[in-house]
Amino acid sequence: MTLLQVEGLGKSYESETQVLKNVNFEVKTGEFVSIIGPSGAGKSTLLRCINRMVEINEGRVLFNNLDVGTLKKKELRKLRTDIGMVFQHYNLVPRLTVIENVLHGRFGYKTTMQGILGRFTEEEKEHAFFLLQKLGIEDHAYKRCDQLSGGQQQRVGICRALIQDPKLILCDEPIASLDPNSSKVIMDHLKSITTEMGITCLVNLHQVEVAQDYSDRIIGLKQGEIVFDGMGRLLREEQINHIYGTELRELITV
Amino acid sequence: MNDKKMRQSRWIPMISLIIIIVITYASATITEFNFIEGLATIPQALSWIVANLFITQESLEKLPTILVKLNETIFMSIAATTLAAVVSLFLGLMGSKTTKVNNVFSVIARFIASFSRNIPVVAWSLILLISFGQNSITGFLALFVGTLGFLTRAFIESIDEASVSSVEALRATGANYFHIVNKAVIPQSLPQMLSWILFMIETNIRSATLVGILTGTGIGYVFDLYYKTLNYNAVALVTFTIVIAVIVIDLISNRIRKVIL
Repeated sequence: MTLLQVEGLGKSYESETQVLKNVNFEVKTGEFVSIIGPSGAGKSTLLRCINRMVEINEGRVLFNNLDVGTLKKKELRKLRTDIGMVFQHYNLVPRLTVIENVLHGRFGYKTTMQGILGRFTEEEKEHAFFLLQKLGIEDHAYKRCDQLSGGQQQRVGICRALIQDPKLILCDEPIASLDPNSSKVIMDHLKSITTEMGITCLVNLHQVEVAQDYSDRIIGLKQGEIVFDGMGRLLREEQINHIYGTELRELITV
Repeated sequence: MNDKKMRQSRWIPMISLIIIIVITYASATITEFNFIEGLATIPQALSWIVANLFITQESLEKLPTILVKLNETIFMSIAATTLAAVVSLFLGLMGSKTTKVNNVFSVIARFIASFSRNIPVVAWSLILLISFGQNSITGFLALFVGTLGFLTRAFIESIDEASVSSVEALRATGANYFHIVNKAVIPQSLPQMLSWILFMIETNIRSATLVGILTGTGIGYVFDLYYKTLNYNAVALVTFTIVIAVIVIDLISNRIRKVIL
């Protein structure tokens, strides 16, 4: 079943540089898709068009048969509850505790008063602890987030996305600020979200090898255009070089 | 091209320094300010201070009156600051890039902030003096308006600095504006805001003295009274109590800051 459909998507900031040009792809339910490409290729913008954190200029994004671009404010909130998001810099509220940050993921379902007063049901709290346990950070539940390591903070971020009970999780460079070990932990968790819970994942990545190891499918983005879309093992050396630019890649390997 | 730019930019500090020296010299010449003469009068001024500004037994008798007035001034500053803080919080939320509702309110908030900030407190008290007359309300309003501008500006910056990323995350979860402000923006920027409020209370106690001289209220009025009646010993006592009060407030707010941060 097709969960997400992007048709002729175009985006430009201040009408000067075209960040995205005629982007077309589909994502099926339960897929784990990576988007690779160099910095400035438009990966982050592409993700943010899907939950309309940035406005769409051209084309359409269909999520669960809803046209994202035309949604009214209330419908947009409803849509966003179905789409979790994980960020490179975790984007937690550092001064609040882990459990508070996780429960922030429920605001999409709350009225203004419920949210301000912090009224969460017992089930929601239990579910929050269940998720923390699943990601192995339940011991830190009452610690302030700024006391955690990067990898732990990212796991809190994942919990916050999961407690939304989403159909799709967008991950914007989830491992770009982490060391190799923590990166592996995070990628394993993301992978298991798809395989165990059946939640679709769309992940922006820098590391081609990681993308090839984990994803069902890879989308290569270069200067706002899709230059590759297919299974990871079909991605050949010269295509990688094309996406990243040959010289750049040589620089990294040396 | 780039190399040329680099070479140019190396000269910028040197050139700016020369310009500053020239401006300083020029303005000294225009205003006929002689730096050497200014220095020479310092010993004289100091000896006058030592000879006249000391606290005597006699002036100590005035202490209760002074303390009452000082109290009035301190509480007026606190009241003006806290009330201004409440209003500034709204203006700050409106004016901040991360939490603004729309551009119109944002511009209005920023305009109010810069308008009230760029007119000095002294000018405000003189302006308000005309319409409200010589009483505490005038002093209160002058401090309130000045503080409002400063705090709004500071709050806008605290909010922008503290919460851009978490606001984005909460927006992505489908949280509405009030959720975001209450659960991400306020918790994250509150310590810094409190810090600014404490800073403003200290500043306002100092300015309240000056405002008091103009509006005839509080400790400033007492200062002015003794000063004009040439009772320099009492003036010394007033000054001393102000200094003590400011230091005490400073210590208290430092303690509070340590606890909240």
